[in-house]
Amino acid sequence: MTEIVIWVVKVVVVWGALLTTAAIMSLAERKVSAWMQYRYGPNRVGPFGVLQPVADGIKFIMKEELVPAGANRLLFRIAPALSAAPAMLAVAVIPFGYTAVIAGHEITLSVADLDIGILYILALGGLGVYGVILGGWASNSKYSLLGGLRASAQMISYELTLMLSIMAVVLMAGSLDLRQIIEGQRAFLDWNIFYQPLAFVLFTIAMFAETNRHPFDFAECEPELVGGFHTEYSSMRFALFFLGEYCAMTVMAALNTTLFWGGPSVPFWPDAPWYVGVVAFIVKTSFFLFLFIWVRWTLPRLRFDQLMRLGWQALLPLALANVMVTGAVIALTAN
Amino acid sequence: MLHDYAPILILFLLVAGFAVVALLLSDLLGRKRHSLEKGKAYESGMDPVGGARLRLSIHFYLVAVLFILFDVELIFLVPWAVSAAALGSVGFWMIAVFLIVLVVGLIYEWRVGGLEWDR
Repeated sequence: MTEIVIWVVKVVVVWGALLTTAAIMSLAERKVSAWMQYRYGPNRVGPFGVLQPVADGIKFIMKEELVPAGANRLLFRIAPALSAAPAMLAVAVIPFGYTAVIAGHEITLSVADLDIGILYILALGGLGVYGVILGGWASNSKYSLLGGLRASAQMISYELTLMLSIMAVVLMAGSLDLRQIIEGQRAFLDWNIFYQPLAFVLFTIAMFAETNRHPFDFAECEPELVGGFHTEYSSMRFALFFLGEYCAMTVMAALNTTLFWGGPSVPFWPDAPWYVGVVAFIVKTSFFLFLFIWVRWTLPRLRFDQLMRLGWQALLPLALANVMVTGAVIALTAN
Repeated sequence: MLHDYAPILILFLLVAGFAVVALLLSDLLGRKRHSLEKGKAYESGMDPVGGARLRLSIHFYLVAVLFILFDVELIFLVPWAVSAAALGSVGFWMIAVFLIVLVVGLIYEWRVGGLEWDR
């Protein structure tokens, strides 16, 4: 009985935190953008505009739902949910802390400790592309079709680099369990960033491409495709796409922290209490979330042929070489 | 074993419920004032020309086929990656041969021009 209560509490807390992060990100995106461009950003709803996400939510709900003529109504309806759900489910295996002792119960700080956690995340990451391409195709709009098509080609291309860079970390840890991966990085000098800097760079680039963010946002690409795959979407359906993108960004930032930056490990304080570890995890993840916005206003967008060339002719060979070198060092020095 | 997945089932129910409620809520509360003009697909304010079920560039299919190949390869890498230390040099050379065959395929695709998008 207590076990079920613990499960439910963990699920609600983690999912609530994910949605809160998405809401904060939707405000931070506009605020940081505004500061970088010497503007104020949203500042009307609540003090300094902090209630803007609430106002946005209400507005999304009250808006009219439009379905363009000739659209595939069923796919058009379920595509937003298909886009949001995988990102929200993927957060389940992220370990956001070590073990906490609360009211006499020992609680591992992640929703579920799967021994195949990385496969679980990769599987859900692969599902994420369906929402975008089905939404784009079902709209019966040329802009949407092109956006969905580009997104699918881009996401499958960069998924290979993403998987290979993760595989280098799996080689280091000898496990697909994210909990074991952070246990192996408890000490500051054991963080994977010191052993796998190339894998980190590849993962970070692929992370931007997988979440359709600048400088790889060809799925939306407003100067040429209006809104890309969500051109025809309105109301909560659009909001779910939006939410899915921010949830995917949060999961990717948390995964980057977990794989390369020690997860909840605190530098030079190996026996830090569990809540300090959680704070450390949040700080590191927040940095990568900020990086998403920072890069958006720093780098220009690539061209589509440049994107594909970068993915297949630069990142993929580098990622393969990185896995082979790591594998050689680990396999040949094992005994 | 299944025990480990129980929290994920709870999360799945929560997420599915959220998605259904969110979509129904704007179905119920959103304004409904349909018109012929609103129903048209957006095309810069003009009447849409033709449908959007167009023929696509062969490149997209080529990339998808290449992806399948490499995806399968990566799945074969996973069991080796987990036990690379235990398998030692024998395991490493076996996976190296396997990878080299695939890299030769990638180089061929490259030389043939399958990865060029600006031509």
